[in-house]
Amino acid sequence: MMYQTIGGGGKPPLLQLTKVSKSFGGIVALKDVDFTLHSGEIHGLVGENGAGKSTTMKIIAGVYSDYEGEMRVDGKLVHFRSARDALAAGIGMVHQELSTIPDLTVAENVFLGHQPLTRFGTIDWAQINREAARLISSLGLDIDPKTTMGSLPVGLQQLVELSRVLFSGAKTVILDEPTSALSPPEVKRLFDVLRKIKAEGRGIVFISHFLDDVLEISDTVTIFRNGKKVATEPAASLTKDAVISHMIGRGSIGMHMGESAELISEDTRPIVLAADAIGDGKTLHNISLKLRAGEITGVYGFMGCGQVELARALFGKIRLKRGHLVLNGVQRDFKSTSAARKGGIAFVPENRRMMLFRTEPVYKNVSIAILGRIHRLFLKPGQERKIAATRAVDLQIRPPSPNMPLGSLSGGNQQKVALAKWLTHLPKVLILSEPTRGMDVGAKEDVIRIVKDLRDRGVAILVLSTEPETILTLANRVTVLRKGMVAKEFNSGTLFKADLLAAA
Amino acid sequence: MSAPTDQISNLPKSSVLQSFLRNQLRNIAPVFTLLALVFFFSVASSSFFTMVNFMNILSQISITAIIAVGLTYVILTSEIDLSVAAVANAVGITVAYFTLQPDYVNIANLPMPGVIAIILTLLSALAFGLVTAFGVTWIGIPSFIMTLAIMQIANGVSALLVRGQIAYSYPSLITMLGSGSIFGIRWTIIVAILFLLIGHLILRYTRFGRYIYMTGGNREAAEYSGVNVKFIIGSVMVISAMCSGIAGMLAVAYFGSAQQNQFDSYLLDAIAAVVVGGTSLFGGRGGIGNTIIGLLVLGVLNNGLDHIQIDSFLKILIRGIILLTALIINVYAQKLKESE
Repeated sequence: MMYQTIGGGGKPPLLQLTKVSKSFGGIVALKDVDFTLHSGEIHGLVGENGAGKSTTMKIIAGVYSDYEGEMRVDGKLVHFRSARDALAAGIGMVHQELSTIPDLTVAENVFLGHQPLTRFGTIDWAQINREAARLISSLGLDIDPKTTMGSLPVGLQQLVELSRVLFSGAKTVILDEPTSALSPPEVKRLFDVLRKIKAEGRGIVFISHFLDDVLEISDTVTIFRNGKKVATEPAASLTKDAVISHMIGRGSIGMHMGESAELISEDTRPIVLAADAIGDGKTLHNISLKLRAGEITGVYGFMGCGQVELARALFGKIRLKRGHLVLNGVQRDFKSTSAARKGGIAFVPENRRMMLFRTEPVYKNVSIAILGRIHRLFLKPGQERKIAATRAVDLQIRPPSPNMPLGSLSGGNQQKVALAKWLTHLPKVLILSEPTRGMDVGAKEDVIRIVKDLRDRGVAILVLSTEPETILTLANRVTVLRKGMVAKEFNSGTLFKADLLAAA
Repeated sequence: MSAPTDQISNLPKSSVLQSFLRNQLRNIAPVFTLLALVFFFSVASSSFFTMVNFMNILSQISITAIIAVGLTYVILTSEIDLSVAAVANAVGITVAYFTLQPDYVNIANLPMPGVIAIILTLLSALAFGLVTAFGVTWIGIPSFIMTLAIMQIANGVSALLVRGQIAYSYPSLITMLGSGSIFGIRWTIIVAILFLLIGHLILRYTRFGRYIYMTGGNREAAEYSGVNVKFIIGSVMVISAMCSGIAGMLAVAYFGSAQQNQFDSYLLDAIAAVVVGGTSLFGGRGGIGNTIIGLLVLGVLNNGLDHIQIDSFLKILIRGIILLTALIINVYAQKLKESE
């Protein structure tokens, strides 16, 4: 009587969370979350990055076991210690990054770890191929179980992984961002499969940033904000706008930093770097972008939308298959990062580890990109140290000692060093991927100040981020990417966070 | 009241010492090993600790030293070159191929004037290096496998040129540098010292050297800093082949004969010298200074074992154990550094 019944005929729900909370070292990630999944239900789960979706799912899938509150499966109280426990209780997960093995066949992937054996103890290939074919065709798919996984398009690989989860006996299937890499026909095919699975009486949790997809496929939608569940509603009664306003809580707490921004751009500023319909043949399709001197162009999109690849394509790390780059009016095709650097392009990747030499002193980290300008034949470490010391003062790097090993600095200060290496001789173009991710407030403000200062000194800056706040705080123009394509451009007027979420 | 303040000032001091030891483990351990070996052999044998024997040791390690310079560059970028001994062998035979051999030596022979013979031979070493560089950087074959293939190819070249025979004649310049001496010092020692010195200066004081360290330290970061990583890796492969080639030319004169498979032990010796010296197998740490210590450790060990009349088969085992110990210290030092 405690639970609602949606076609369950009085059966307990497949999965029920009651007042579940979880904190990481004193920081509350999830607070008193209730969540119910019924048999034969597709339950959409939405919220911004860090709202608590993934934490909830990791608790359900047995990844985190130290939480408060209770979880019931089929009415029985459970507490999983591992993903294996969760799977044994009938809960399986398909991650955004597929865990299939490309060199094995489809059938081998489906039966990975559960291969049936013949009476001689060898693998029963006949049975594997037969069963895999049966399982796959029961989902309404036509895939030869003997083809190798890697030769299938990503949409089909995902469905094979899904059938593996189903084969292992999962009654509850959690799908994390299942549509982020799929084309519209692939999405439609996935949805057909999901409806079949649902008709078998299984429950599906559908986590996604793509609100149109969520609203189309889900029966019920639960919205998270700041570690709390803010609403659970039937999908039919929701609109995209209503979901967004739940997600960002517009009107409830008032405007705080990053909620909206005035875009101030001038079309008279010279274009420094232009991408003209570029594509890499895989992730990026037909992207055009203009970076102007003295302006910050923001690129917003969800994880996997192609930002990471776009930054690398502009820096000569990923070769273009289509389109071309125009630097200061001259068509250029960077064959290496070294060619891009010599062309005046600077890049700070999203992950500091990719950029810095942890065991080397700060000054070597700062000077690496400008060695050619400091020296002729022999190094001048004294001058390198002097430059590093100047940068340390400019950027308030603490401690300001150029001889410290980089690894002994805090994360925020390491990020400043990553910036510092490009600032001695101003680049023409500065590409920043997730410049403020994972930083404390103080360091974040420092970085924002530095970037704005560079803009005012005439550098054309590209900021790519999955965090709307970062984009709204910095950008003069915004391009929204969606599945490797430009979804929308904002060049002027007031831009709200809700606009970004709706466009992506 | 002075006791507590002492304690306070002692604390950071001991941690400074600790962190110094941590950082310098890879540099300190080989020096201690060297001192211990010298001490042991000096006590165990009366003929070991003499000036004559010291010059002997230097002369014995001089050829290995030239190979080890190039190999240090390669290992600093966290690559490896397994073809050094085979390339040295092939290039040594090539210089004999271009030199007029006596009638009784029945091998392929294309006599050239000395200078041209040397230039052509250097070009053959360059060719080996360029092929390796091309395979590793352009095609993307792991250096471990690529240089294994080059090793086989170089052995094949040697076999074809020398056909199981032995060649005895070389250009006079090579004969002088390989087997002659000046003021009682063998030319090979002087050449080795020159190579070590220039190798050290380039690594420590030029942009190219810095790029080698940075590429070895974090290849991705070097690339994102706009360093042409492929060029750096390709260059060190070429440098390694050139060092091996020059060592091979001097070695045939040093030994007075050029034949198949005569330098096989140089591969292990050169790798051992670099690694025992403390240059990180993971790249980015170490240098020529380390390699010098490593060379001396190996040289003292090989030479010393002869002085104490030990079973020559046991010698091989002892060298293996020393190398394993060095590997353990090498990897352990890396972990200490990373855990910091």
